[in-house]
Amino acid sequence: MLTIKNLHASIEEDGTEILKGLDLTVNAGEVHAIMGPNGSGKSTLASVLAGREDYEVTEGSIDFDGEDLLEMETDERAREGLFLAFQYPVELPGVSMSNFLKQAVNSVREHRGEEPLSAGDFLKLMKEKAALVHLDPSLKTRSVNEGFSGGEKKRNEIFQLAMLDPKLAILDETDSGLDIDALRIVADGVNDLRGEDRAFVVITHYQRLLDYIVPDFVHVLVDGKIVMSGGKELALELEEKGYDWIKADTGQAV
Amino acid sequence: MSENGTELLHEVAQSEYKYGFVTDIESDKAPAGLSEDTIRFISAKKNEPSWLLEWRLRAYRHFVSLMEDGDGLPEWAHLNIPPIDFQAISYYSAPKQKPELESLDEVDPELIDTFNKLGIPLAEQERLVGIAVDVVMDSVSVTTTFNKELEKNGIIFCSFSEAVQNHPELIQKYLGSVVPHTDNFFAALNSAVFSDGSFCYIPKGVKCPVELSTYFRINEAGTGQFERTLIVADEDSYVSYLEGCTAPQRDENQLHAAVVEIVAHDDAEVKYSTIQNWYPGNSEGVGGIYNFVTKRGICQGDRSKISWTQLETGSSITWKYPSCILKGDDSVGEFYSVAFTKGMQQADTGTKMIHIGKNTSSTIISKGISAGKSQNSYRGLVKVNRGAENARNFSQCDSMLLGDRCGAHTFPYLEISNPTAKVEHEATTSKIGEDQIFYCLQRGISEQDAIKLIVNGFAKEILAMLPMEFAVEARNLLAIELEGSVG
Repeated sequence: MLTIKNLHASIEEDGTEILKGLDLTVNAGEVHAIMGPNGSGKSTLASVLAGREDYEVTEGSIDFDGEDLLEMETDERAREGLFLAFQYPVELPGVSMSNFLKQAVNSVREHRGEEPLSAGDFLKLMKEKAALVHLDPSLKTRSVNEGFSGGEKKRNEIFQLAMLDPKLAILDETDSGLDIDALRIVADGVNDLRGEDRAFVVITHYQRLLDYIVPDFVHVLVDGKIVMSGGKELALELEEKGYDWIKADTGQAV
Repeated sequence: MSENGTELLHEVAQSEYKYGFVTDIESDKAPAGLSEDTIRFISAKKNEPSWLLEWRLRAYRHFVSLMEDGDGLPEWAHLNIPPIDFQAISYYSAPKQKPELESLDEVDPELIDTFNKLGIPLAEQERLVGIAVDVVMDSVSVTTTFNKELEKNGIIFCSFSEAVQNHPELIQKYLGSVVPHTDNFFAALNSAVFSDGSFCYIPKGVKCPVELSTYFRINEAGTGQFERTLIVADEDSYVSYLEGCTAPQRDENQLHAAVVEIVAHDDAEVKYSTIQNWYPGNSEGVGGIYNFVTKRGICQGDRSKISWTQLETGSSITWKYPSCILKGDDSVGEFYSVAFTKGMQQADTGTKMIHIGKNTSSTIISKGISAGKSQNSYRGLVKVNRGAENARNFSQCDSMLLGDRCGAHTFPYLEISNPTAKVEHEATTSKIGEDQIFYCLQRGISEQDAIKLIVNGFAKEILAMLPMEFAVEARNLLAIELEGSVG
């Protein structure tokens, strides 16, 4: 579904290279965890995949379901089924959740050649998916992320994921700032959404989240490259030994 | 803002005016030029009583004295106003046919067509919405509907000219009582040459059952439009009045200097809503309307309330400060405004809240949205007189910038002469966030739709204050204004 080859990306403003030759292959149905120390390029990878213009891809390729992802605009990628759960969800004052999601869901549906949802069906869908992450249905009248608690914002991301039904979901440090109960709710929501046709890339600093969202593969990102890959047990090893061990082992500078 | 985002905003900001068309209806107009003869011509054409001619002439003489003292234009506004040739303007224009109409079928089909182009199906409105519409086109009323329903309640809602003929005592009592001809340059000009407008009187104890609505249009090249609106709400009455206007595309600048006066007696409430989308000029700013309007209401009686709500999207230059004089004890003034400017538009708008009575309160919420190379200013005065015990004011002025070539400015003035006053002011300026747009894009929403969502969200609080059917029109208008050539 997703094939990243030799990806190099820099900050557009000052040309600092963050990703330095990253390779990754994700197949449908799989859950991949990307772990790594602060500043290793985890969030940059998420941003480049989603198409944030602050980064410039200088080398390499990304194939998304047979198409060249780098040729697509940000909104096109989303409509093609790439979803990013934001580390810091953005507030849209005065824009109601239902208005926002109606526009988003119908954009995606139109792209797929489907009819827009009727008002009734849309509200039904909202209610059903909100329940998945224990969000109060009254959220439909609230402004997007405005006045949401930290936990609510993260649950709201997973709720939107469920609404948009993407092929590939990237969770960017979705666990950060969550207490254990909220973490469990978010993880349960994600697990419900796992399926044969959908892949997940879970970016996290801590192993904790992976107790609940058990990955098929774990990759360690250090200084813009994946330096080690393994099964779920790799996460536990990292938890025990920390990242310095990897850095020493692979000869990467700290 | 990313490069693409900025480009799109520029395209949005330069999209052409959608309502640029001219209706071809024959008119009967005065030769261009301003003199005592012009005023006598207008007054005679309208068969006015002599006191009104005298009133006009006094205003004219005042106007002339202001002209002699300089060009008379106010200089304090943050506006760049090109010189206006007052002699080149034609001061009177009336449609040739002025039939007495029983139904909309008798209305000139071209006029109906014009309203259809504007998305204001008159017939539709009359039947479905129950709004009485007094159509002002080229300064003279063409049709008035729903009069029978209003008459039943003793409500007077008619053109200003008719009111002069049929209710001279009310006109003589209230005309110029809120905005005297000496108030300012444009008020003096309007008082001298006003051609028509609307008059509304709500008797004691009557809650007007329908929203009163007037659609204005400028329709004759070179015709200045000088509307005069007077609304009088007697004790314990209520009225909601809607004013909306759009003008056809023009190559020459058009001057619009209207005066609106509102009087609210004890326990009366007047809600005045405006959608203003006069032609703003092309993307270089050529040909737009100069909209220099004096709007003021007086809360004459105790516990009276006047509320102004406006969506301003049009005109090349807007100069407008709908104000409230809070004279009665416990009276309330409100001002809710969304001003959207793009291209080369300039807007200097806000309000004045003058607290005179005891326990008076006022609320000001202003949202400015600037795009293109436009300049958008909020200018507001809160004045608390010495005797105004326990006055309260809350002001909030938010500005949003679309792109990096426009300007937003806030000029709050406070004059507080009573120590018991409580006055709060909040102001914010934000640039439409790259993060906000990215968030929308990542959910599959196009950039153009994202901008619409975010701007509508910003303005929502105010648009929600408009009467329902107007609110829908306002949202559509804002969406049309934001539309670029992309998507």
